[in-house]
Amino acid sequence: MRKQFTEVLVIGGGATGLSAARDAVMRGFKTLLLEKGDLAHGTSGRYHGLLHSGGRYVVSDPHSARDCIAENRILRKIIPSAIENTDGWFVTTPEDDPAYADTFLAACKAQGVPAEELNVDVLLNKERLLNQRISRTIRVPDAACDSFDATHILAHDIKARGAKVLLRHEVIGLEIRRQKVCGVNVRNLLTDEEFLIETSMVLNCSGAWAGNIAAMAGGFLKVTPGKGTMIAMNTRLVNTVVNRCKLPHDGDILVPVGTVSVIGTTDIPVESPDQYPIEDWEVEFLLNEGEALIPGFKKFRALRAWAGVRPLYDPTAGGKTESRDLTRSHAVIDHQARDGVGGLLTMVGGKFTTMRLMAQDLVDEACKQLRTKRPCTTAETPAEAPGTKHYYLAQRLNRWEQSHAQHTALTDPIICECELVPESKVRAGIEASQSKILNDLRRDTRLGMGPCQGGFCAYRANGIACGMLAQTPEDAHTTLAQFLQERWKGQRNLLWDHNLRQLELDQNIYRNLLGLDHTVDTADIELYPTEKTA
Amino acid sequence: MTVIDISSLETTLSSDQCIKCNICTASCPVAAVTDKFPGPKAVGPQMQRLRQPSAPSYDKSVDFCNGCGVCSLVCPHGVQIAEMNAVARAVQMDRDGVPLRNKMLGRPEPLGKIGTLTAPFSNLPLALPPLRWAMEKTIGIHRKAPFPSFTGKRFRKWFKSHAPENLIGRRKVVYFHGCSTNYYEPRVGKAVVKVLEHFGCKVSIAEQNCCGLPMQSNGEFDAARELAKSNIAKLMPYIRENYVIVGSSTSCTLALKHDYQNILGLQGRDVEMIAKNTFDIFEFLDDLFTEQTLNPQFRRIKDAVFYHPPCQQRSHFMGQPATKILRRIPGLSFEVSTADCCGVAGTYGLKAEKYQISRDIGETLFAQIDRHSPSRVLCDSETCRWWIEGHTDVESIHPIELIADALPR
Ligand SMILES: Cc1cc2nc3c(=O)[nH]c(=O)nc-3n(C[C@H](O)[C@H](O)[C@H](O)COP(=O)(O)OP(=O)(O)OC[C@H]3O[C@@H](n4cnc5c(N)ncnc54)[C@H](O)[C@@H]3O)c2cc1C
Ligand code: SF4
Ligand code: SF4
Repeated sequence: MRKQFTEVLVIGGGATGLSAARDAVMRGFKTLLLEKGDLAHGTSGRYHGLLHSGGRYVVSDPHSARDCIAENRILRKIIPSAIENTDGWFVTTPEDDPAYADTFLAACKAQGVPAEELNVDVLLNKERLLNQRISRTIRVPDAACDSFDATHILAHDIKARGAKVLLRHEVIGLEIRRQKVCGVNVRNLLTDEEFLIETSMVLNCSGAWAGNIAAMAGGFLKVTPGKGTMIAMNTRLVNTVVNRCKLPHDGDILVPVGTVSVIGTTDIPVESPDQYPIEDWEVEFLLNEGEALIPGFKKFRALRAWAGVRPLYDPTAGGKTESRDLTRSHAVIDHQARDGVGGLLTMVGGKFTTMRLMAQDLVDEACKQLRTKRPCTTAETPAEAPGTKHYYLAQRLNRWEQSHAQHTALTDPIICECELVPESKVRAGIEASQSKILNDLRRDTRLGMGPCQGGFCAYRANGIACGMLAQTPEDAHTTLAQFLQERWKGQRNLLWDHNLRQLELDQNIYRNLLGLDHTVDTADIELYPTEKTA
Repeated sequence: MTVIDISSLETTLSSDQCIKCNICTASCPVAAVTDKFPGPKAVGPQMQRLRQPSAPSYDKSVDFCNGCGVCSLVCPHGVQIAEMNAVARAVQMDRDGVPLRNKMLGRPEPLGKIGTLTAPFSNLPLALPPLRWAMEKTIGIHRKAPFPSFTGKRFRKWFKSHAPENLIGRRKVVYFHGCSTNYYEPRVGKAVVKVLEHFGCKVSIAEQNCCGLPMQSNGEFDAARELAKSNIAKLMPYIRENYVIVGSSTSCTLALKHDYQNILGLQGRDVEMIAKNTFDIFEFLDDLFTEQTLNPQFRRIKDAVFYHPPCQQRSHFMGQPATKILRRIPGLSFEVSTADCCGVAGTYGLKAEKYQISRDIGETLFAQIDRHSPSRVLCDSETCRWWIEGHTDVESIHPIELIADALPR
């Protein structure tokens, strides 16, 4: 078995793990990060996309609110190109108590969240689809943050600073000697090779899976996965974040993220972080809530439904089960104090917005245990080149138009038409990741995320990947089918009107034209509806 | 933001319905001949998802859409692609400013006024190669683009002095003649009046101005809206008096019927009334003949002509009424073009960067004309006639001129 050594070993390639690795490497530790999937493979790649201003929490959880506004300001500086400065509004719809707005304004003031009530026309003139009967509108500095962009930027920065990032590497066990974790057993999921990495400190940032790692150290850690379902509407129905001005509840936020707008979320405790199918009632519930903000919401095209799991730590283990009541703020768990095993710290709870702060707390604790004093510098040091601007929607269109003026459709054709991804981008993505998995390419380039959900781009990208990575035809068929299966999962709850037509067309392309269900073993891959479910 | 209002929002949001089937792109005459234009699906519903009202945008490819409207017609899912393109172009122009050339091409009326006053001298510069070369270099109007000649006597002047055949006609018609008839081709207007009066209509020509389509398609929505509103105000009194509006230019009538509401986003009862009561001259005649079971008699005309229905005519959803009427002329043999588009699309083909595209689109039509070698080419749209004439050396007239010719003497 191969052996490696790293001072700090981070488990998890989500927002928290990447931030922790960045923090550690910037404090001068030899750092390595392990992720069993791709970057943002877990909850981070499935979150709502809101960079909180703190507004949502000013009344219910003031501590979180203060963390959010501070981190909101910092992230805008360190990962600007992942953030779109959309602003956010808290609006009182006819279904909400108008008096809450006063409570809200006072709480914003108390927690230092900038909030300004403006004449409703300011917002309603800009956002023409919003309910014209909205009676109060308060502006806060919410923003949209794309998790794929954010995690890619962080990973890039970490690697540039000398840390190692190993994707598709799963932690399968911990080496414990004299009550201390001294190494991690790892399996390379692509090659099935297993090996040991020795380390002085393991930072468990595996989110909803944190309990599994704790168990490897013989500890018991109750992390209740709280499922949250969201629906991406096909277009941006709003260009700003819109929150209902009421106590935080389900389905009360609409976030414009890239080309879509996302309504969410639900919150349901589930058994396992790996299996949590979306229920039809959730879809109906979310679309109905959308109606309160945008009359006629349901007649717009709902493109995709998906869910993520909140990694909610239950310190009282076995007590309450409603997951929104659990503490939202993060906590560092010291397994030395808790389970008598040193060299392992677990981060639980938290938010995407507070990832940097969580990492700082975690690495502060690691420094303490490693008996070294090294200040955290992540808040002052941008992960991107100076002068990098915020993301804006038309950016991709502009870039494409500018390059189109030089090239023509023939020299750099568009592969994913919906999301405007040209061949050069596809090739660069595959080149960088060396991954034949089309889902990785999707997270990198947004390929397949538009209205046709892979109908027209998947076979094209698959062909390019097949050529570049010298795959066998069988392999290539399987990766194509797997990708389509992923896409189909997100559509299955939304099959009416245009999405149903779209599915019929996509199915015809892959089943009847390309005969994909004859070339792959569909026993383990569900490719579009089977006779039973159809 | 004045360019996009709530009703254009409906147009732009129809992008939601696109399922990417490519039917529109397969039918687009521009996409068929050039790589510069990625096609209706791409610049319409696809790019629409990436457009952002508040951010700078470099929305250039959409300018290569010639606005023929075929895509919106063929889309099986109700995506208003051509309309969406018009809105996107207007937003782009609103942000970047409208080029001088587009401003000139968008204003046939003031140009016409000066031109007709000084004709035939005003026709000279357009015939002089060095001047045309200079025009191309300075303002981007292609040196080979055919232009019509100004007439010395405007149609409206003629109308005022003509003695009506029918003072107490059964049907009251207000004729929307458009700029081209007034300044360049009064003969078309004369033919329309002659035919209408012959079939018992009382014809009036209301005060009117340019329909606004040239401005609209050159990206000046606000100015086009002013023209539209002014026309509506001038025509409404006639509608209240039970007149119907009849036009001989398929593009002007389409503006009144469709664009005022669906592209410029005007709303209200008046614009709806105008739309409902506007008819293409042949649509009107066809109705008249069937409704009143008239059996019009025409003189024998021994001639072989070629008829090219302009693309905008399709968006009228009225079939090809001209062919029905032409068929009634004894002795006349005519071929109907199967080409989608002549290419010029209003003022599109006059522009230096688009001239070649328009020519290439027109090749199919020009070849058909060449094959049939007709005595004349009939076409209901003025800019198409000038373009066809300029590229085939076959005289091109409005079909109504032939009908007027065929009336019993
Ligand atoms: C529905 C929903 C909506 C949300 N909306 C927002 C929001 O709008 N704004 C906001 O700020 N926050 C939001 N959050 C919270 C936020 O998404 C999470 O707090 C954050 O993404 C958690 O990141 P993480 O890195 O801790 O976990 P994850 O992103 O889940 O990362 C953990 C990683 O560990 C990997 N892993 C697990 N086990 C192993 C192993 N054995 N070996 C190797 N790797 C392993 C997993 O593959 C995974 O990639 C939302 C959460 C949910 C569920
Ligand atoms: S309007 Fe005509 S030219 Fe423009 S995209 Fe549609 S079909 Fe093509
Ligand atoms: S025809 Fe309609 S549905 Fe098909 S690609 Fe074009 S816009 Fe989309």
